[in-house]
Amino acid sequence: MHRGLAAALAAALVAFAPLAGAKTFRFANDGDVNSMDPYARNETFLLTFVGNIYEPLVGRDKQLKAAPMLATSWSQTSPEVWRFKLRQGVKFHDGTPFTDDDVLFSFDRVRMDGSNLKAVVATVKRVSKIDDYTVDMTTDGPDPILPEELTNWYIMSKSWTEKNNAVKPADLTKNEDFYASRHANGTGPFMLKDREPEVKTTLVNNPNWWGKPEHNLTEVVFTHIGNDATRVAALLSGEIDMMYTVPPQDIERIRHTPHLKIYEGPELRTIFLGMDQARDELIDSNVKGKNPFKDVRVRKAFYLAIDEKAIKDKVMRGSATITALMVAPGVNGFDKSLNQRYPYDPAAAKKLLVEAGYPNGFEVGMDCPTDRYINDEAICQAVVAMLSKIGVKVNLLAQTRSKYFAKILGPGYNTSFYLLGWTPTTYDAHNALFNLIASRSASAGTGLFNVGGYSNKRVDELTRLIQIETDPEKRQAEISEAMKIHKEEFGHIPLHQQTVVWAARDNIELVQLADNFFPLRYVRVK
Amino acid sequence: MIAFIIRRLCQSVAVMLSVAFIAFALFTYVGDPINNIVGQDTGLREREQLRHQLGLDDPFILQFARFVGHAAEGDFGLSYQYARPVSELIAERLPATLELSLVAAVLALAIGLPVGIYTGLHRYSWLSQLMLTASLVGISLPTFLTCILLILVFAVILGWLPSFGRGSTVALGWWTTGFLTIDGLKALILPAITLGLFQMTLIIRLVRAEMLEVLRTDYIKFARARGLPNRLIHFGHALKNTLVPVITITGLQLGSIIAFAVVTETVFQWPGMGLLIIQAISFADIPVMSAYLVLVAFFFVVINLIVDLLYYAVDPRLRIDRAAASGHGI
Repeated sequence: MHRGLAAALAAALVAFAPLAGAKTFRFANDGDVNSMDPYARNETFLLTFVGNIYEPLVGRDKQLKAAPMLATSWSQTSPEVWRFKLRQGVKFHDGTPFTDDDVLFSFDRVRMDGSNLKAVVATVKRVSKIDDYTVDMTTDGPDPILPEELTNWYIMSKSWTEKNNAVKPADLTKNEDFYASRHANGTGPFMLKDREPEVKTTLVNNPNWWGKPEHNLTEVVFTHIGNDATRVAALLSGEIDMMYTVPPQDIERIRHTPHLKIYEGPELRTIFLGMDQARDELIDSNVKGKNPFKDVRVRKAFYLAIDEKAIKDKVMRGSATITALMVAPGVNGFDKSLNQRYPYDPAAAKKLLVEAGYPNGFEVGMDCPTDRYINDEAICQAVVAMLSKIGVKVNLLAQTRSKYFAKILGPGYNTSFYLLGWTPTTYDAHNALFNLIASRSASAGTGLFNVGGYSNKRVDELTRLIQIETDPEKRQAEISEAMKIHKEEFGHIPLHQQTVVWAARDNIELVQLADNFFPLRYVRVK
Repeated sequence: MIAFIIRRLCQSVAVMLSVAFIAFALFTYVGDPINNIVGQDTGLREREQLRHQLGLDDPFILQFARFVGHAAEGDFGLSYQYARPVSELIAERLPATLELSLVAAVLALAIGLPVGIYTGLHRYSWLSQLMLTASLVGISLPTFLTCILLILVFAVILGWLPSFGRGSTVALGWWTTGFLTIDGLKALILPAITLGLFQMTLIIRLVRAEMLEVLRTDYIKFARARGLPNRLIHFGHALKNTLVPVITITGLQLGSIIAFAVVTETVFQWPGMGLLIIQAISFADIPVMSAYLVLVAFFFVVINLIVDLLYYAVDPRLRIDRAAASGHGI
């Protein structure tokens, strides 16, 4: 009996023994890749994973600067036209060559119903063929940062999607299995070998990749492990080589475990608080007949009463970067000279409340997600406690994200005081100004996430100018001016940037990016 | 008998309909899936358009009616989360959950029954006391803690068993099984123990209590007086009479193992239905949630049916009653 078992085990070991020179890299994430279709979801993990298989025209390098991928160069031939030279000799994984027809096709597909990446090409009116390896993109008005906006738009094969009935992105209203959500055919350094949703997804090295590989992997196995403790255990027991997201309470433990390593760096996502400044009376407060947040002194009092350093040290256990701006370092347009927080000063805050006519404070409701950002609920609880010291009684409503976003986002914007996080998808400050800070306007499309309804005419004007300004210096001056106005008017209360924390075994070399993207093409197994 | 089964299956339709109805009434409160589906740059108008297309702005009665209409044609719609047919998702996950539940239930019975009988027969032996104390631990430890402890000991410290997943599986048609590979079997051990532990202790205590009860009854005393051997008294007479409640409880528990292995599946990243439903809930993936709840209702009805049929097998009195009753009826 015993011998039989041993024999079986030995046989199994032989069967699973890796081939000489084969490097398998196994990693896990707390989220699954829900689809292999690169237009299925505008979500970091999906885009970063699928980005190993598919490639954009313009990618990002290790410093997150725009870098050539399927386009080798680009330039503006006129203020409204960008010309892209395409890389020659690139083949899709099925062997068909990559041409400008695929670019034209991908442009059509990404704008179809069912695609969730429409916004990345929102300013592009038309893509036209110049020759086999040159395309022009005509924008709706000048767009100085178009290449930056295209980095998450991956190019799909026209012939492959046509052959497999996947020309349109999946339509949620129809009940049909959808080829492109289970299969993939890109130009990237890795090919999809096998996908068992929820179990594992296996990629293999693409030997015909156009670039010179920096990685030395032959196979990559990705597993979704949702439970924090299990994900940590799988790393500790050596079943996986790398994992993220690392639960904050386990960072120190992993750091002190031999053969494991923690990678930490500031993320581009900024966490901030917002206040309803639009309504004449707050929907959730005991102050009737007026809105205290319309008074800049009240907003300032809230700002001064919040001890962000304590939040960073105690709630985030040090894993955060304190910020005074709505965009992070690394986002184009970030101005270091403005990034000084007004110091924590509860006494001054209390005084401001008295001046504003609230000597005894007031009551206000606060909305907070429980499963969206790192320690989101705990941050809100800390804020509640801090504001109670200046006499403001905050009634916290912390909910799961499906409920939270349904309540606070448009068109209702049903909140008085809330916590939100934002990563500019274009890596440019304009995206934050446009979505978070500019006045809400359905016609201009601005302020969709300006939940508190902050509004300043000059900021709106600057946002319009920044969108079309092609001179980088002038553009930076305009961004800084808008940021300064917003800061001095306490339009929001920026708190911190989260920290990206990854954990890996020490025989793994990898590059951690501030946008929490994890390109496998930089991974080496020693 | 056949009529009885058919009647029960018809009842199951009513049960499933009411479950679906209650479920749809509650879906209003699970949140808005739209924000989970679209990216952050999606405009308000597009959000509203998608909401309208998916029928999420209709009153729940209408949504319910539409669901029932489609479900009657076997169409459960597309998961918002995966953009894949719900029926396919469930069919993929079902084998994992059923295999795990089966192993857990067998484990619970295989250990629970003998231990229950032993502790019932030998009330005062030290071994019984030890087993009962141990079973107290099993019944009082919450599942998530058991999971984590087992992972810590067997995966992290000893490195014997995998901490997550199902190992490699073999596909037999649409059914995937982990029974045929070594790492598939290894991956089963920890989750099955976790899932079966509570049921096992429950069965031990139940069998013991029933045994003690039955052993006090008159017919056991008469059996002893007749000089029947102990073995026959204990297993032929006493045990058989303890089984009716045991079957009921085991059956119901099997239902809840299948339906609510959520914690175990989540911690072990077991790719079954529990994991599917927990993710569906956090995503507000209504098509998956509704199909799942209806399916679970169906399971419960079927298991109850099997339990009822088993009663006939173990309890001859029921067979006579029913024969007599149907005799009157005709």
